[in-house]
Amino acid sequence: MKKKLLPFFVVIIFGIVFIVFYKGLEDTNIYTPDLNVQKDIPIFTSKDFYSGKVLKSSDIFEFNKTYLLNIWSSWCVPCRQEHPLLMTLKQNDKIDIIGLNYKDNKKNAVIFLQDLGNPYEKIFIDLDGTQAIEWGAYGVPESFLINNNKIIKKYIGPLNEDLISEIEYLIK
Amino acid sequence: MKILKVFLVIFFLFSQSSINADDQDEINKITKNLRCLVCQGQSVYDSDSEFAISLKTLVKQKLNEGLSEYQIYNYLKIKYGEWILYDPELNKNTFVLWLLPILIFLIGGAIIFKNFFLKNK
Repeated sequence: MKKKLLPFFVVIIFGIVFIVFYKGLEDTNIYTPDLNVQKDIPIFTSKDFYSGKVLKSSDIFEFNKTYLLNIWSSWCVPCRQEHPLLMTLKQNDKIDIIGLNYKDNKKNAVIFLQDLGNPYEKIFIDLDGTQAIEWGAYGVPESFLINNNKIIKKYIGPLNEDLISEIEYLIK
Repeated sequence: MKILKVFLVIFFLFSQSSINADDQDEINKITKNLRCLVCQGQSVYDSDSEFAISLKTLVKQKLNEGLSEYQIYNYLKIKYGEWILYDPELNKNTFVLWLLPILIFLIGGAIIFKNFFLKNK
């Protein structure tokens, strides 16, 4: 009886191991962040880029409105590339673009906006990068589509024409 | 009296620095268990990327706010998902990972026990 049980168990264990590894093969081993997130926006206090006044998240984001939060910096090269696209998106009156100036020097950031234009309705600052973590961001540039104070979609990396048309389609 | 003053100042300085060292130990312990999501195979502790530097600052802030190690992990798990932790928790996706080694160990032990001890009898 005992001798019969042992092979049985061995087969079962190998079966389990096989199934686990086989299922593991289907999973991608490249880390993919969750992009279609339906999360509430974080509650935070920050400072206004121009005036330096304290800004609360409730002062920036209103319910029933659609926003694109764009994390940018003057030292970030891909931000320069996506900037003209943000300027085009600014023409669309269904969406307000909010800027989060990430680990930047104010003087350089002001020059950046003077040179390339300012697409942002409001800008708040993040000197040490902790604000960006509140948003669950990885770096610059990154954009969050927000509606009714919820993050609908996250765009990691620079926006391109396809993504801009996707945003325009989503906010229609 | 002067000696006493000097002694007090030195004592004060040393006690301050030991508090800071404790804080730093706690930060190091937490950041060693956080995966730097923008790096390859590095913990937040090891990395000097912008992301890791910000996370270190954040962990320090949260500790100062009085959050425990576990609360900080939970906070970051909500923001970035389970992947940010090096030490995965026991849940429905990871139970095989945790239980399989124990199971194999027990079965292996049982086989050894059976072959060596029961056969000799």
